[in-house]
Amino acid sequence: MDEVLNILKKNARTSVEDIAKMTRAKPEEIAARIAEYERTGAIRGYRTLIHENHLTEESVTAVIEVKVQPEREGGFDRIARRISGFPEVTNMYLMSGKFDLLLFVEGKNLREVASFVSERLATLDGVLSTGTHFMLKTYKEDGVLMDGEKIDDRLQVSP
Amino acid sequence: MNPKSRVAEHVRVLPFSGIRKFFDIVASRKDVISLGVGEPDFDTPWTVREAAVFSLERGATHYTSNRGDPELRKSICRYVARQFGAEYDWDKETLVTVGVSEAIDVALRTIVNPGDEVLYHEPCFVSYRPSIILAGGVPVCVETRREDQFRLTRAMLEKAVTKKTRVLMLNFPCNPTGAVLGQKDVEDIADFCIRHDLLLLTDEIYAELTYDSKHVSFVSVPGMKERTIFLHGMSKAWAMTGFRIGYACAPAEISENMMKLHQYAIMSAPTTGQKAAAEALERGDAAVTEMVAEYNRRRNYLIAAFADMGVSCHTPAGAFYAFPYVGDLGISSEDFAMRFLEEKSVAVVPGDAFGQCGAGFLRCAYATGMDNIREAMARMGDFVAEIRAGKKK
Repeated sequence: MDEVLNILKKNARTSVEDIAKMTRAKPEEIAARIAEYERTGAIRGYRTLIHENHLTEESVTAVIEVKVQPEREGGFDRIARRISGFPEVTNMYLMSGKFDLLLFVEGKNLREVASFVSERLATLDGVLSTGTHFMLKTYKEDGVLMDGEKIDDRLQVSP
Repeated sequence: MNPKSRVAEHVRVLPFSGIRKFFDIVASRKDVISLGVGEPDFDTPWTVREAAVFSLERGATHYTSNRGDPELRKSICRYVARQFGAEYDWDKETLVTVGVSEAIDVALRTIVNPGDEVLYHEPCFVSYRPSIILAGGVPVCVETRREDQFRLTRAMLEKAVTKKTRVLMLNFPCNPTGAVLGQKDVEDIADFCIRHDLLLLTDEIYAELTYDSKHVSFVSVPGMKERTIFLHGMSKAWAMTGFRIGYACAPAEISENMMKLHQYAIMSAPTTGQKAAAEALERGDAAVTEMVAEYNRRRNYLIAAFADMGVSCHTPAGAFYAFPYVGDLGISSEDFAMRFLEEKSVAVVPGDAFGQCGAGFLRCAYATGMDNIREAMARMGDFVAEIRAGKKK
């Protein structure tokens, strides 16, 4: 992967000037490259990882295993696009194994998620079955530990 | 009784490390951004820590063989062969030590007779000169220079060698300068060793941390293995300083005699550390690669920042230290470091802590996060500008 993407993947707030210094390039070059990545869709967006304790609005996340009927033409893609279009679905993946699609669904409360599953998801043509698990606690997200504090107890000066 | 009078003369006259003094001052202050730390800020890779915990659960809490756990020594030999191109016999030619620091001490005491001259280069790690003296040797310093990117050249060595010279002691990539040696440098120095029949003690603890070219080990040069004690360890590239594991690869006759000193002084290196080290050598490559990429970004940032503030700094090609020159600001390294700490709360180490010829330089370790580096460089830019403005008045 390009070094600019490597750096942004770790910290999307790294400034153009800093990336230029870190890669020994000119700021204008870096700005142009990022703009190009954004234009072509290589970069799809920038997000902030927020600890769940600091999310003031109540929310619940469910992980849902979905079995679907693949179609003769298009396979899983058409039904997958229909499901992923719902704003409640935050992440979605095609999986190997006992089910086909893995969904992360967010709602204000349990009832909201339950109604999404029973009224809209399960009733879609092609959806054969669903299995819903509610998420209890986040330990790690996108490679970042979300539980506990990092302690730096190194000596301040050492040889 | 006066306890001081009972301290052996040769120990009493030994100076404290220049770093030690500075450490005490920094430790007394709060909220300091430290570029003075000579150890990685990264966490030890989880697989390594997990292996250490597992070894405790399994009850691996006893001595190992004096030379070290056989499984670790086999891992060491596989690693040295694939990374540095030298085949060692795990049973007869390896010794696991308590960090490279112990390996240096044991190696020197094994190969130095009283009065033997040991060539080494400055600026260098703080223990080199005292270790040579404690081993009964005569330290002969070769000064490396900024205009050579702090590389050691054959011409410098030829000037310093005498009939009494028995050992050449090296550390590349170098703490504190970040200097590395290229293929030709290594071949020239190897040839110098052969021509003068010197034993080479090479501390290659930073071997994995090079940024512009792959590290060239002395043991990769034909004819050198038989006259080389190769030192390496887990502290730097695997971020395992606290595990205290180093190792020495050397010809069997030297290795078995080093083992005697190690056996009588240490028994065996910590068992938990040895188990962790074996895991790191077998499954640690990806973590090392990731850390090296991050060090490289920080290094590039520092070089650019020094250029922006008009401070000259050779491009450090290895380890995790930059060694900028501030002598032309009309201020000594020590005054710079003290005032920078007092006025801007940033710790750097004065270059002369690593030998007299380090005067005028600062060691800035980039083993700290980008946020700290960015802030430290901003403050250094301000500080340098203030010194320049003060000088004009």
